[in-house]
Amino acid sequence: MATEAAPTKLIKGATGDWEVVIGMEIHAQVTSNAKLFSGASAEYGGAPNDHVSLVDAAMPGMLPVINEECVKQAIRTGLGLEAKINLRSVFDRKNYFYPDLPQGYQISQFKHPIVGEGVVIVDVSPSERITVGIERLHLEQDAGKSLHDLSATESHVDLNRSGVALMEIVSKPDMRSAEEARAYVSKLRTILRYIGSCDGNMEQGSLRADVNVSVRRPGAALGTRCEIKNVNSIRFIGQAIEVEARRQIGILEDGGKIDQETRLFDPGKGETRSMRSKEEAHDYRYFPDPDLLPLEFDQAYVDALQGELPELPDAKRARFIAQYGLSPYDAGVLVMERAAADYFEETAKGRDAKLAANWVINELFGRLNKEGLDVTRSPVSSRALGAIIDLISQNVISGKIAKDLFEIVWTEGGDPKEIVKTRGMKQVTDTGAIEAAVDAVIAANPDKVEQAKAKPTMLGWFVGQVMKQTGGKANPQVVNDLLKRKLGV
Amino acid sequence: MSDPTHLSLAEARDALKSKRLSAVELTQAHLDAIEKSRALNCFITETPELALSQARESDTRIARGEARRLEGLPLGIKDLYCSKGVRTTAASRILDDFTPTYESTVSANLLRDGAATLGKLNLDEFAMGSSNETSAFGPVVSPWRRAGDPDAKIVPGGSSGGSSAAVAAHLCLGATATDTGGSIRQPAAFTGTVGIKPTYGRCSRWGIVAFASSLDQAGPIARNVRDAAIMLRSMAGHDPKDTTSVDTPVPDYEAAVGASVKGRRIGVPKEYRIDGMSAEIAALWDQGAAWLKDAGAEIVEISLPHTRYALPTYYIIAPAEASSNLARYDGVRYGRREQGRDVIEMYEKTRATGFGPEVRRRIMIGTYVLSAGYYDAYYVRAQKVRSLIKRDFDEAFASGVDAVLTPATPSTAFAQGEKGAADPVEMYLNDVFTVTVNMAGLPGVAVPGGLAANGLPLGLQLIGRPFDEETLFSLAAAIELTAPKIERPRPWWREG
Repeated sequence: MATEAAPTKLIKGATGDWEVVIGMEIHAQVTSNAKLFSGASAEYGGAPNDHVSLVDAAMPGMLPVINEECVKQAIRTGLGLEAKINLRSVFDRKNYFYPDLPQGYQISQFKHPIVGEGVVIVDVSPSERITVGIERLHLEQDAGKSLHDLSATESHVDLNRSGVALMEIVSKPDMRSAEEARAYVSKLRTILRYIGSCDGNMEQGSLRADVNVSVRRPGAALGTRCEIKNVNSIRFIGQAIEVEARRQIGILEDGGKIDQETRLFDPGKGETRSMRSKEEAHDYRYFPDPDLLPLEFDQAYVDALQGELPELPDAKRARFIAQYGLSPYDAGVLVMERAAADYFEETAKGRDAKLAANWVINELFGRLNKEGLDVTRSPVSSRALGAIIDLISQNVISGKIAKDLFEIVWTEGGDPKEIVKTRGMKQVTDTGAIEAAVDAVIAANPDKVEQAKAKPTMLGWFVGQVMKQTGGKANPQVVNDLLKRKLGV
Repeated sequence: MSDPTHLSLAEARDALKSKRLSAVELTQAHLDAIEKSRALNCFITETPELALSQARESDTRIARGEARRLEGLPLGIKDLYCSKGVRTTAASRILDDFTPTYESTVSANLLRDGAATLGKLNLDEFAMGSSNETSAFGPVVSPWRRAGDPDAKIVPGGSSGGSSAAVAAHLCLGATATDTGGSIRQPAAFTGTVGIKPTYGRCSRWGIVAFASSLDQAGPIARNVRDAAIMLRSMAGHDPKDTTSVDTPVPDYEAAVGASVKGRRIGVPKEYRIDGMSAEIAALWDQGAAWLKDAGAEIVEISLPHTRYALPTYYIIAPAEASSNLARYDGVRYGRREQGRDVIEMYEKTRATGFGPEVRRRIMIGTYVLSAGYYDAYYVRAQKVRSLIKRDFDEAFASGVDAVLTPATPSTAFAQGEKGAADPVEMYLNDVFTVTVNMAGLPGVAVPGGLAANGLPLGLQLIGRPFDEETLFSLAAAIELTAPKIERPRPWWREG
């Protein structure tokens, strides 16, 4: 069994500490043009039943044909999870009746998945990193969608998603807090996006999580788990785990026992509700799909895909630390998204990388987050940000002015160098001009001069006054030096 | 010219080629025969206008010297094959008036080669049956009658009973059929016709309503070996839409008809000499071996030790796959729908009224053997036995046997209502000699061996190596050449 939680992660109950144990099944929609077993478009949206082939509608006599691109995506993902790739896997039928499941069965992989055990390294905080084991990854078909609100007496079915390829990624029960679970999903999403095998869009349902939660006394055997189905945001995953753990602890502390069951999380009410008990669980009657031969490929096929993989986040992070001298935390933040990491590298090229990292993380990300924008939509290009950093490094502008300049480029666009020139934002380093301003401030404030001689921290007030006089353009270092000399502090 | 329905498919082909006969005349003669033969209930849907328009197109092509391989030859299509724009029923009420927007690959291949399609042939519901009595459209009556017993309605076999009866009654030159456990070979044997189930993967399953996917294969029923060979050549071929179809060239099967069988080693499996086998069937089997020996083949006794497990194993695997394959008939998207208070009741009523008793029985059996707790004991074990059955054949072929000779059925055809009413297993026993072939994925052909004392046809079965249909055609042709010629049954059923 995996490691015990750090004492800080334990939940305090009325009768002592509890440890929460979490495992997850993530359903990630495979990025591909066509569905897993039909030529129909796998694109999101469209009018209901626009993307439906004869196979997707399970017309009589129709047969599935595997889409090789989906197989490649599963292998790539497996490689990204450092997992064992199974050169032979088998598709099974999972049988159940539901109107949005046209075949009456879902084609999935039960006993022999395409990908076996792997690992994900998760940074929970700047100072904590955990390893979450991957149990398996398999390919399966998505179902359609039942629509119950179009008519009072009838339900409608939209088969656009029917047959779209999903990867089910099953973790081991290696997480010990809601925070760890959130960080795991976030990291997994980062890996999927790097590889390009899933867009990770939780709002559109491209990434959905089933969360298994149980609690136990620290060091005790695993408790009975409940599965919370279809949680569709990282925030809700955290909330669902917290309320479910609390619910279970409450029951156990009252002397009750946990029933193994499937539950739903209601974010509005902040509670989980029973969906079906173990007794009500379907007997899916899995058996190998006789319409499909076992899926087989050789190691060379896998190696070729491995060779085409992009640099993945863990490797990139290590390189950023080594190549740019960044702190592990900064490197970790920068590699969260491939586009952001690329932006950073473009900005840092030929420049002070640490300065560039600071600007990207603090100014750019801060501003992007505030506006809810993706880095690819940033109004300030990496080239423009690089130009701003150049102006700082060349002492043309101060850091403070640079922030103003960033704001101008963000809202109005334009070439930073030009803006500095035309708007007179250039830093004043001419000692004569600064000296005049310093003298003027000293002359106008004799009382403060006296105070400053006794209390050198007053210097800051003088610096501020001089900067005000010079419109912020004076070189702060020069101002500082002059004031120190003239005030004799 | 005399009645063109007396011609074989090959003879009709040659008559069209030499312009002694037009395609329209040929098709019209068959349409007339069909119209007068409704007492046999061979067709579920007749498509005379379609057939005639196809025949007119054929006459144009023949006139232009652009005749294709099956140009102008009128065929029947088992109503398990989806036909574009023609109601397709699988002989079940559950499909209602379902009309596909697509043509099955195999029937499309026949159309590509110029065939005309007369209509959709009756069958056991979803191909589940051995007598055509499970059809929702009523049983097919065989054109054959027992000697001295004109009142008994004889079954044409099943599930391809409409195909075998229509071919035997000269309502079409040949017919498509399908075979999951013997559904081509048993009806062919019952009606004195030739039926071949090719190797699994030889014909595409795309567009054929599925019964048991790992066993289903398409094949022809025809009046002689040559006709069957001509038809199979057009039906077979790789189809990227069926990943279980095999990409290997289709030979000219007709060329194998008449090829020498000298030196061929024919295995006679001792385990097929089952308890209670009638003296007549045993004699037929010996006779078949003697005919092949006379033609220069060598007869050797072989052992296929797992034969006795084949039937029970088949009745686990086939229903298991069927229970899943038939789940799509749920009243949601097409076919019959019964209203219910909720979706569950809609499902229950639709499927309870839409499926007949035999189909319901097999769905229940299949659901049971796949259920948690029973899966390993039934399904997994059955699959293990299946591989042993296949290994038996592999070993026989590896020892130098070129084909295996067995009876096609344990008896001649029986009358409606005579079998299986009290115990369905009695009916299932019909498949005892044929199911092993499906389990092993091998090709098997049924060829007439003469008439029994009761006046009904008897059939022999030859089983071949994977994708060695040519050897089967040459051996079947050798038997056909020597066996007593089966005359066309007197058309007692014809009206007018």
